[in-house]
Amino acid sequence: MKLTPGLRRFVTIWTIVVLVLLYIPLVFVVVNSFNVSKTFAFPPSGWTTTWWSAAAHSSGAWHALGTSVVVGLCATAIALVLGTLAAFAVQRHDFFGKNVVNLLVVLPITLPGIVTGIALSTTFTSVLGVMLGLGTVIVGHATFCIVVVYNNVQARLRRTGSSLEEASSDLGAHPWQTFRLVTFPMVRGALLAGALLAFALSFDEIVVTTFTAGPTVETLPVWIFANLFRPNQAPVVNVVAAVLTIVAIVPVWLAQRFGGDAATSRT
Amino acid sequence: MTDASVASGRRGSLFARKPWLAAILLLIPPMAWLVLAYLGSLVALFVSAFWSRDSFTGHVVHVYSGDNFHQLVTDSLFRTVTLRTLGIALAVTVIDAVIAVPLALFMAKVASPRVRLALVVAVTTPLWASYLVKAYAWRGLIAPNGPMDWLTGGHALGYGLPAVIVTLAYLWLPYMVIPVFAAFDRVPDSLFEASTDLGAGGWTTIRRVAAPLVFPGIAAGSIFTFSLSLGDYITVQIVGGKTQMLGNVIYGQLVTANNQPLAAALSVVPLVLIVLYLIALRRTGALDEL
Repeated sequence: MKLTPGLRRFVTIWTIVVLVLLYIPLVFVVVNSFNVSKTFAFPPSGWTTTWWSAAAHSSGAWHALGTSVVVGLCATAIALVLGTLAAFAVQRHDFFGKNVVNLLVVLPITLPGIVTGIALSTTFTSVLGVMLGLGTVIVGHATFCIVVVYNNVQARLRRTGSSLEEASSDLGAHPWQTFRLVTFPMVRGALLAGALLAFALSFDEIVVTTFTAGPTVETLPVWIFANLFRPNQAPVVNVVAAVLTIVAIVPVWLAQRFGGDAATSRT
Repeated sequence: MTDASVASGRRGSLFARKPWLAAILLLIPPMAWLVLAYLGSLVALFVSAFWSRDSFTGHVVHVYSGDNFHQLVTDSLFRTVTLRTLGIALAVTVIDAVIAVPLALFMAKVASPRVRLALVVAVTTPLWASYLVKAYAWRGLIAPNGPMDWLTGGHALGYGLPAVIVTLAYLWLPYMVIPVFAAFDRVPDSLFEASTDLGAGGWTTIRRVAAPLVFPGIAAGSIFTFSLSLGDYITVQIVGGKTQMLGNVIYGQLVTANNQPLAAALSVVPLVLIVLYLIALRRTGALDEL
């Protein structure tokens, strides 16, 4: 592909600048967690690991982390089942109204979180009369996590086609055998990638959580937000933020290894 | 024929005679969940927007009236905040599009396949870093004694409307880059060569050949940047100073003022704006890019 040299130089420099800007805030968070100044004056006058040990002893942060993990695991499990069923229905069967199914799955993540959150909270409190708590947060998270699993499994099913499954049944395999020995191994990577990304999505969510959690449940993002404006908690918040930034890279990297490759392996 | 296939033949033939049966069985659990938990909730939200609040007891009264919507249209505070939110969402969208186009052009048409793959990963990875942490990072970057203050000799951005726009543009940039990249990727190189052969310069080719083909990608990305900005109320609290967006007002009505029906009516505003935006974009083919 020929671009004029000037244009070529321009887009190259532009790309480098944008990438640097994209990562500066993330690096800054990690660097700042070692900043000795309690008000985080820049440039740092010295380095310390005091905040890291303080964070390690913050019972609030640990408790919130536990809650986040429980919510993430439950929401991911529900999303895994529902998203996979929907993906199989859409990719392996013909029926009227596929677009509607597609729209319904994608909708919870397309509409602003505040609309989803307030809608769910209205239903729980005014219509169903349920107490807001861990269960309502899980229902909320599962609802917007379905799409991640659905997209991953659907992409994999579309790419593999159904010829192997047809061959298996032509050769006399029972439907369950075909599923266990042919279909499942094909989608396993996509299931794992979808689950990781769904967990990451749940782990990071704050808006829907705020509206569905009630006063007793505190996930990690809710904890961070609650402590963000407390000056004496700032060092601990910085460390938690740094940990989350580093940890965020892991699921993405794993998901790419396990074949969430629909978007990235295209050349 | 083996025994297994004979045994499965009966079930197989049932699904063969009624192919939609398997699809329905698969669809019942996810659709039941989404219709009951999600669509049901949206309906409940819409219905509750017509309720009112007893100003004496503070309880929600299930009497239907359009008072909330009347207040929505007449109250100048709501109008100002809606316009400000709309302005922020549009500014964020334009900034992200301007940043994304040269970047996506490089990724799709200049970078080698290896570099291209690395760039896709590099651009999407920040999406998985916590939203809250990224907004918090910007709070630190533009703080009165932070790095920007130090670099510019005391001219940090400071907390306020510009900071909200910059931070939101940062947060949603990857959502714009990926569809624009995909759109550039689909433009065959031969079109660029044909344009050059016919005497067009680099900029003319971009403007007259690439831009019309890439526009649906920009439109697709803009759905995310626009919709996500419209509903935001966390970032504006972190870097916005006293700036208020629609989300803050909705949250305030629900939690602080304890007026759920008015909050419900207010949350119909971003919903309507997004639907209008989607309708406006339908003609560009952007919806097929999602």
